[in-house]
Amino acid sequence: MREEKQNKKISRRTLLGGVVAAAVVPVSTSFAKYIQIGLPVDDPTKKIGPGPGKLGKRSPFEQPFKKPSDISSRTPLQDLYSTITPSDLHFERHHAGIPNIDPQKYEMLIHGMVNRPMKFTLADLKRFPSVTRTCFLECAGNFRTGSENMTPQDILGLTSQSEWTGVMLSTIFREVGVEPKATWFLAEGSDAAVMTRSVPLSKGWDDAMIVYAQNGEAIRPEQGYPARLLLPGWEGNMNIKWLRRIEISDEPYMTREETSKYTYPVKDKIRMFSFEMDARSIITFPSFPQKVERGWIEIRGLAWTGRGRVVKVEVSTDAGRTWNDAQLQEPVLSKAHTYFRYLWQWNGLATEILSRAVDETGYTQPSLKQLADARGTASGGYHMNPVTAWQIRTDGSVLFKPENWKS
Amino acid sequence: MKAKPLLFFACLALVGLLAFTGGASQSPKKPQIQDTVKWPAKFGFGRTATAQEITAWDIDVRPDGKGLPLGQGNAAAGKAIYALKCAACHGAGGAEQPGVKLPAPVLVGDTLAKSKPKSIGNYWPYATTIFDYIRRTMPYNLPGSLTDNEVYSLTAYLLSANKIIKQETVLNAQSLPKIVMPAKRLFIIDDRKGGPEIK
Repeated sequence: MREEKQNKKISRRTLLGGVVAAAVVPVSTSFAKYIQIGLPVDDPTKKIGPGPGKLGKRSPFEQPFKKPSDISSRTPLQDLYSTITPSDLHFERHHAGIPNIDPQKYEMLIHGMVNRPMKFTLADLKRFPSVTRTCFLECAGNFRTGSENMTPQDILGLTSQSEWTGVMLSTIFREVGVEPKATWFLAEGSDAAVMTRSVPLSKGWDDAMIVYAQNGEAIRPEQGYPARLLLPGWEGNMNIKWLRRIEISDEPYMTREETSKYTYPVKDKIRMFSFEMDARSIITFPSFPQKVERGWIEIRGLAWTGRGRVVKVEVSTDAGRTWNDAQLQEPVLSKAHTYFRYLWQWNGLATEILSRAVDETGYTQPSLKQLADARGTASGGYHMNPVTAWQIRTDGSVLFKPENWKS
Repeated sequence: MKAKPLLFFACLALVGLLAFTGGASQSPKKPQIQDTVKWPAKFGFGRTATAQEITAWDIDVRPDGKGLPLGQGNAAAGKAIYALKCAACHGAGGAEQPGVKLPAPVLVGDTLAKSKPKSIGNYWPYATTIFDYIRRTMPYNLPGSLTDNEVYSLTAYLLSANKIIKQETVLNAQSLPKIVMPAKRLFIIDDRKGGPEIK
């Protein structure tokens, strides 16, 4: 506020900014509307750059992109240096496209086993006491393999992390008065899939939220604008976007997504209601298609678990024969991406580097073979969290190590 | 105007204080900042939803049949609707055709547990889910455009094509929840609670 007032008084600043912008790129070109920074010059200390702008842009030298398919879009984890995913790089998964919702017309209905069925506008939701929480969101189907030329984005780019702000679902539960006999709730989106999932009521009382902001600003349309359900640590699909309705119930609804979709064969059965995302990690540097040089390398990566905190990440630089503890970047948050680092002196010989996460329940991220032994080979891609290995070749090239696990 | 810098510094101090105590959860000795105002029983935000508003949005169907609407349908009627509105994506008849990559999932297969691909016959544990899913989201290009009778008929057709009900069976709010799906016995609920076991 003070800054703005000063600007109005001291017009020299605005004036100068305008002059500078004109000097760097002709304002009349459409190019100028897009690029707020100057054209690269040999010596930036000898040329005044453009002035302040309305919206920040990435350096044109930095080009992180999501990788879209027909149904999803994957986060470029290898381009990130810490745990927060920039909102425009957050992975996307939706089942019938992104709805365009007018926040003025938005309403959220909560009914069923409640004392008073109620509707809340977006403004209503924002009036309640708010909470901010950083946590990861991961799609249940976040495992790809099959080629050496795969990046972290290709293998498991369906995980992202944001700082979310909204109202605790428990606050809304108190407002409507949930009947004591209720045990589940149904959450429904207002996209063209009218996406629905059943959620145990206990999660609603525990740490579920209705969030309307992501990384400090209004939530992105791809992430559920104007409001979505957030279930920290639980599979992405349950975190219903574009939330329009919650129905309190005493049994699950057995929607398509929780029965015939996000379920997986385990031996001769089909396992359902896998809510928590299991502990997982990946080395994001070095990874394909980067190249490394002999000498000191800081191995870097992400670890996370839906069951609380990551307590340890171990790194192996000798193809899994020995493991050493990596450093965890503080603060280590519950149900959140945790950044790890491990300093390694590479002698130039071919090897494999791996990481594995250990969570606060004592669970250690398994190998693909351990998962296949436990579940059988028909298990598919849901809730798979195997250790990822990178091959380091003598020429410094880094390649993913795909493992054949299907019989 | 004069008070503003003071307010500004007061805010800064508060931010600093919050940042300092932000990690309090990691060290139980430090005092936690808590709301000094007691929460009211109700905040009074929002309004009561009307019965009409609830009816307009409450389209879900539970396995016990709660939520199923009036109306009925059968496989013969469903087959005609399927050919018109579903076959373009799910293929003629809904079954897998060798060498053809369909834009939508295969719907018709057999009821053997080990058979592939996944279909209603071998991978759908509740018949009510078929009705609920078709009604809320199909056809893909015109979601929510089918009448309840059409949805009953399509459900009947798909169940009959998967050899789960007889062709002449009439489906309605009473008969649909009674159908026991062959895949139901295969489904187990995840009982993992963390810990060292790989399961």
